[in-house]
Order: sequence, then structure tokens, then C-alpha cells
Amino acid sequence: MPVPESHEFFIDPRRCIGCNACVQACTECDTHKGHAMIQLDYVDRGASPQTVPVVCMHCDSPTCAEVCPADAIKRTGDGVVQTARKPRCIGCNNCVLACPFGVPKMSTGMNLMMKCDMCYDRTSIGKKPMCASVCPSQALFFGTREEMARLRPASRVLNVFRFGNQTITTRVNMLVPGQAFVESLDVLSALHEPAAGNDAAENVLLDGMEAPHAG
Amino acid sequence: MSRPTATEPEFAEVFGPHLSRATGDRLDPGVVPDKTVKTHCCFCGQQCGIELLVKDNRVIGFEPWLEFPFNHGKLCPKGVKRYLQGAHPDRLLHAQVRDEHARGGFRPVAYDEAVSRVAAEIERIQSAHGPQAFGVLSGASLTTEKAYLMGKFARVCLKTPYIDYNGRLCMVSAAAANKKAFGIDRAANPWSDIPKAEIVWISGANVAECAPITTDYVWQARENGGRVIVVDPRLTPLARTCDLFLPIKPGRDAALFSGVLNLMIEHDWLDHAFIDAHTTGFTDLARAAAEWTPARTAAVTGIAERSIRQAAEWWGTARTSFLLHARGIEHHTHGVQNCLGAINIVLASGRIGREGCGYATITGQGNGQGGREHGQKCDQLPGGRDIANPEHRAHVAGVWGVAPDDLPGPGVDCYEMLRKVDRGEIRGLLSLCFNPAVSLPDSAFVKRMLEKLEFYAVIDFFLSETARYADVVLPGSLHEEDEGIVTTAEGRVIKINKAVDPPGEAREDWRIVQDLARALGRERGFTFVGPAAILAELREASRGGVADYAGIGYERLEREHGVFWPCPSADHPGTPRLFEPGSTNPVARGAGPFYFPDGKARFLPASYTSPAEEVDADYPLLLTTGRVVSHFLSGAQTRRIGPLVDHCPEPFIEVHAQLASRLGLADGDLATAATRRGAITLRVSVVKTIRPDTIFIPYHWPDGKSANALTIAAQDPISKIPEYKVCAARLTKAGEAR
Ligand code: SF4
Ligand code: SF4
Ligand code: SF4
Repeated sequence: MPVPESHEFFIDPRRCIGCNACVQACTECDTHKGHAMIQLDYVDRGASPQTVPVVCMHCDSPTCAEVCPADAIKRTGDGVVQTARKPRCIGCNNCVLACPFGVPKMSTGMNLMMKCDMCYDRTSIGKKPMCASVCPSQALFFGTREEMARLRPASRVLNVFRFGNQTITTRVNMLVPGQAFVESLDVLSALHEPAAGNDAAENVLLDGMEAPHAG
Repeated sequence: MSRPTATEPEFAEVFGPHLSRATGDRLDPGVVPDKTVKTHCCFCGQQCGIELLVKDNRVIGFEPWLEFPFNHGKLCPKGVKRYLQGAHPDRLLHAQVRDEHARGGFRPVAYDEAVSRVAAEIERIQSAHGPQAFGVLSGASLTTEKAYLMGKFARVCLKTPYIDYNGRLCMVSAAAANKKAFGIDRAANPWSDIPKAEIVWISGANVAECAPITTDYVWQARENGGRVIVVDPRLTPLARTCDLFLPIKPGRDAALFSGVLNLMIEHDWLDHAFIDAHTTGFTDLARAAAEWTPARTAAVTGIAERSIRQAAEWWGTARTSFLLHARGIEHHTHGVQNCLGAINIVLASGRIGREGCGYATITGQGNGQGGREHGQKCDQLPGGRDIANPEHRAHVAGVWGVAPDDLPGPGVDCYEMLRKVDRGEIRGLLSLCFNPAVSLPDSAFVKRMLEKLEFYAVIDFFLSETARYADVVLPGSLHEEDEGIVTTAEGRVIKINKAVDPPGEAREDWRIVQDLARALGRERGFTFVGPAAILAELREASRGGVADYAGIGYERLEREHGVFWPCPSADHPGTPRLFEPGSTNPVARGAGPFYFPDGKARFLPASYTSPAEEVDADYPLLLTTGRVVSHFLSGAQTRRIGPLVDHCPEPFIEVHAQLASRLGLADGDLATAATRRGAITLRVSVVKTIRPDTIFIPYHWPDGKSANALTIAAQDPISKIPEYKVCAARLTKAGEAR
């Protein structure tokens, strides 16, 4: 049974609280039991508690598969990009280097590229992925666009990314503020901008320090 | 004197914490479970629904329980990995007695022998020094049936007034304030009201780490167009995206609320009709609030005046609102006053008792709510009844089949019990799922008192740091080894189901307590055949009380996914939203929504006093403590679960970059935090998300890593909650003389 087309994966990094539940839950899904395929990063812990969850974006034309010399990376008919097939993967690391989102990981023990496969063991039988089921803040969501529209009236979804000249559309969607009139997310330029909001937070925290000490 | 008979490393070698990780069946995707059991998480007060996968009497994994209405499958990392505590290598399979020649300081004994020994010591101490020389410390993670049984055991079997519970460390300030203002102690609303609010005000609650599922409710409010105001000395993960952040100096919340109320009065952002019809005391309160001008409020709280004005305007002019708070305003020597301050701005707005308009404290411990209501709190009898009230005593005594005069009077809070140990008034203690050596403030004193006991018995499933001081340890049961009810943060009573049997000679805690009663020859009233029978009696004992559970039975709870109390009869729908016109109210009986005979809520002055310990030249910083998401309370459970320990292996000292540079500290350096009680050395985490005059240390670790080696044992005079959230401290680079 394929993953139903109506069901999509949505990520809202603004909601992420860095709780790590997704990472812990990912080790519980059956396809790669015991290994977490989702990565959770602090953007800059010194400046902000902002974290971002990184899953495979399941690109329409996956760069990882395109650069694989052994043709080990399969994109299923329902748009899910799978972990490298074991008999084919030669552990060359090309996919790891090429993925613009930095997703595939080389398991040195197994000499195999492993990555998020959208919990194929679950999603292909009508269940939700582990990480999206448990995510307490619903920064990760699996469901239909209609559900998203109803649940997130102030946000909208976007699945077009630009990396310099490369434009990538993905099966996984990001949520952006509803009033942000962007057609695609320019990932490279975002890397050079300071994380928004942190200066404000710092000022707020320092604000009170000017006040006289009072009991 | 009962000094630990083994050193800490020797003890740890035998009793842990060792780390459990998924191996064998738990990692094999081909293994088919024998059954799945719908139950709840064993940790925080949100009590998320979860399905446990069971094979060969072991919990081997979980599935999200998508239908449970509170969390719809959502879980924090603790819930995800909770299944790893079953079949844990540290699990106590036998009773233990202290023995200085044994490895780890304890040797296993037969269960019956251990029970007889405990009974003999209770008998000895009580006949020599009177019944009140023996006390009971109980837990807030227990099912309500167990909590009820412990209360009855202390008062009927041991005839001691001295029972208290670790919910004392949790939300008693909110409970006391709620009773004073509303006449009832429970969250006023179900969480489903949060997304409907225009303003969500969060004071002193690190929602993202302490109640992670609640973030979804808060952020749904924001998606629906609402605004979020967060008051906290730290910019927490939820505060990061709020609309207005008020970085308050720890311990100044009553001042902030008074300042906001003053602005509400000045701009007439008040619901006069509500105030006139449903409250008393507003005029006096308004007079008291007048002195909290924005300038003075700003000076005391350390929050910019314009932010205070903005908060008051948003709060004052909203049509719907929800105010949430937690330990950040409650763990103070004036925690009750802080909570009254919060209640005052809610009542003045008139936004309570209707859809999208609410107020709640976020319960920290699994059954902090239910455990308190049914009789293990030193001043309460089942049904939220007052132990000093003759009518209340008579009702419960009737159900228990004893004379009202035979019931002891009110006892004292758990910390005061230790002071009584110091004075020789209490000579023996029995504790159940309470880890005071880690969880109480000023741990050096606590450990001295445990050593001073003539006899100390512990019922637990792991040998906690506190159990090192025990003479006898009885092997109790894990959450998944018994059934019963708990009451969640929302006030929803839910059913915990049994997934596996206790291993070895471990027993369900209620059996152990009854075995003790039998060994004491005081068996009458302690012959329940199981939790269902205990619940049946509890329902009678609570009937007609404020916390009326009379209509709540197991089948119904499972069918309806929980029932909100009060629920006086089997055909009553339960009460999700308190103070709604027409909702059940056994006290006002139609006179009004609030639980006083006149049906009116009380405006009470939230008087501000500074924390017990202020900064000075020697201790110039404010120390505050709290949780991290991957650990729970004293860590007795989570510090044994490998993946959770990997995520957060050590406590740390959070320091603002500005303060760090002044002290010559870089991120990751070792630094020593010291207070008048002690000093600990930890790595620093240098951030810009904490007030520069405040340092933060999470409290889940024991001994040399214990934040409670530093905290102060000062308590709120009304709720007796300790002031964990603020004391004076100094910070130096490790190894540097001051
Ligand atoms: S579970 Fe959700 S909120 Fe928690 S870290 Fe993962 S994405 Fe973030
Ligand atoms: S979708 Fe499944 S495999 Fe991918 S990150 Fe989430 S839990 Fe892991
Ligand atoms: S600890 Fe609390 S939030 Fe986390 S899964 Fe358990 S009940 Fe839910």
C-alpha cells in the first residue's frame, strides 16, 4: 500500500521546542529500529533556544539519488526517498555530501547510507510517522493540506527551496507566516542572515537591569 | 543514628542508576506483542495517553494512542522512553535490610520478614513514645487509590497526625490560593479552552520543558489570532515566540500582578457587572493596588514600564483570556500571594467560567491533583475535606467505621516533619515514592535528619538516594504494574491500566500497606481485595465533598476517556469547566458559581514581600531552579533511562553572557555556585536568554550535582511550599579563590 497522496508531512520550525521527542521516537520505528534519522539542532544556543528539526525533505528530484554512482537510492512511486539499498550501497558518501539539506548519514558500522524514509513501515499502512505523531508542539505534522489550513489559519505551506541556482520542490512542506509573501525559501541567503529575534530578546532581558535595585 | 552503610559509589555500583537501553525484543521489529494496553504516562501532571506493547510480561515498546483527547498521541521524550523503566536492571526484586557487611550496604531478606520487622519497629516506637512519634511521607505520583489508602493508614492504622506528601513541593501554593479565592482547588478549565483565548498569559511556567503537550494548545491560540504573554526570568523555548516577554526578577510576581491590576483600574478595563454580581472585596483590593504605580512595579519587578503597560492593556481589553501559571510563581515564601495576584487580575476581567475564558495552574507531578484531594495532605481528608472541620471528620469517620474523635487532627508539612525529627518528636518514618534527599531544599539538613531517625522504612521500586538511609526497603510497584485512577492537570480523572505483573517479590504498594496493617494486628479497614474496592470506598468518602468522585467508576472512565470532577453520581456528566452557570457546586447550591455558601469569589490582597534571602555583597546573584525536558523530578526514574540521560547527562549552570564575561567564564567552563547552604561545581552554559542577575540550575540530580544543596528551606507561611525559585548565590570560576 503506498503512502496516500493526500497525506503530507509539514514542519513548522517556529513551533519546535527542542524537546527531542522526535529523535527519541524515530528510534522506535521499525525500518531502522534503534537509529534516529531525524536531527535536532540548536541554531545558536547562546543567542536563543531556537531549535530546528531536520528530516528528509523527500525531494521530487532527489540530489542524493542523482549523484549515487551505485543507483542505491530509490524514490518510491508515492514520492518517498528511501535509505540506500543495502546490496548496492558502496558507502562512497556522495549522497551525504550532495544533499542540500544535509540529511543522509553514513552508518560506518554498517557501511550503509541511512536516512529518514518517512516511516515507510508505518505510513504505507495508514499510520502516521513516529516523530510527527509524538511531536508535542506539533512542529511536525502529518496529515492533509485541508487539516493544515484549518489548524494553521495564520500560516501557509511552502515546498519550493532555492540553493543558489538550484530549485528543489519537496514532498515535505514547511510552514511560514501567513503574511510572508515568499514563493520559495532561499536557504543559502538565510544562512548569512543573523537569526531573527535574538537581539530583541537580549534587549528585553537587559532592559530591566537599568532599573534601580529594589527589594 | 542510621548513617548510610556504604559509600555513594559502592551503593551506586549495586543499586544504580544503571542505564537501560533497548536491546533484544525491544529492538527486533519482527517481534509481535502479546497485547497492547491503553494507559497513561507515568510522569508529569498531563498524564498523556499511551499504548504500551507487552510481550512475556515485559513492556517492549509503545504506540501513540491517537484517540485520547488530551494529547492525541503526542508525547515528550520521557513518555516515549518510559517503557524502558520496566524490566530495569536496578529494579528491586526483594526486600532489603541495611547491612554494613553487604555489597552496597543492603542485603536481601524475605518479604514477610521485612514486613514483620517494619511492624515491630512501628510498634516499638509508638508504644514507647506515643502514636505521633511515627510519621508517613507519601508520594504524588501514586494512584488516587494508593494516596487514599496511605491517608487512611496513617490516621486509622497508625493513629498519627503526621502524614504529608511530596505534592507539598509541587502546587500547594496554587491550591491554597484557589481555595481562598474560589473555595475549590482545581484548574478552572479544560485545556480545550486555551486555543479559544485571545490572550494567553503564562507566568512562571516553562511550558515547553515541564508540560510540553501544552505548547500545542498555546500555539493553537496564537494560530487562531491570539496573543501570548510570558513572564519568566528566562527566555524559555515557548517564550521565544511569544508576543510579549516580561523578564521578571525571580520572586516579584505579586508586585507585577498588583501593578497590572492598578492599570486595569486606572483605565477601567474591568468587568463591573461580574465584579458586582459574583465577587466580594474589590474595593479594599483596589485601594491596596493603588500604590503599585507602573514606576514602582517596574522598579521592583525589573521589567520595563512600557512592557508592564502593554501587558495590562492587552490583558485588560481582551474579550477572552486564559491565565496559566506553575511553580515559577508558586515556589516562593509568598507563593500563595503570587497566586492570589494572578487570580485577582482574572476575576477583575470577569473572564472565568465560560468558554475560552480560563485560569489554571499546571500540575507538575503525575497525580499531584488527585493525590492531594483524597487524604494524604496533612490537613485534608478524602473529598477535599478539611480535617479540622467537625462535620467533615464525622462523614469520613463514618465511612471508615471509627469514632470521629479517634481521628487525629491536622499534622504538619513534610519539611516540618523533619524538624520534628530534629526535636525528637518524630522518631520513625515510612516513606512511599518520595526522594527527600534529592527533592527537599537544603539537602545537608535533610540527610542529617534521615540519619537521626531511629527507624526508617521505604517502599519503592528502585533504591533511590534516600533509600540509602533506610533500615528496611520494601519492593513496591511500578506504574504499569497496578491499576487505579489519577487526576490530570485539567481536573480530568483517568484510568491507569495494569500492563504487567510486579516481578520477583515486588508487590503492589496497596498490598504492602495492608500487609503492614496486618502485621501490626490492626487489620480492620485494610482488607481491600484490590484497587476497585479501594475506589468504591473512596467514592463514598468523597461523596458530598468539594472533590466529589461518587459518580466515577472504572468502566466509565475508559469509555469516556476520563471524567472531570466533581461528578456526584453515575448519571452526572462531570464538570469540565468550573464556575459555569448551572454547573455542579455542592457548596453554593445554586447561590452562584463559586464554592462558598454565598457563591461569590473573594478578591484578596496579594501582598508583596521580598524573597526570604536577598542578594548582598557576598551573594550578589539570584539562583533559580527548575526542570529540563528529559528528566522528571528527583530523577529516580529518568536518570536510569539511557536515551534520556544521553540527551541531558548532567546539570549545568545557565549564565547570561554579560555576567559570564564579568566573571571570566566561557561556555563549558567549570564554575562553582555557592549559597549559604552549600556549593556545587558544574559546567556553565553561557546564553543570552536569562536575566544577567540570575543563574539557573536544573534540580534532578543528587549529591555533588544537587541544586538542592544550595536552595533555602524557607517556606510560604500558608502553603508551606519551599522557596526553590529564589535564593542568594555567588558564582566563581572553579578552582579560583573568591
Ligand atoms: S518533537 Fe517536535 S518540538 Fe520536540 S524537538 Fe522534535 S520537532 Fe521540536
Ligand atoms: S518520518 Fe520516521 S524515519 Fe523520518 S524522521 Fe520521522 S520518525 Fe524518523
Ligand atoms: S512526561 Fe508529561 S508530557 Fe511527557 S509524555 Fe509523560 S505525561 Fe506527557
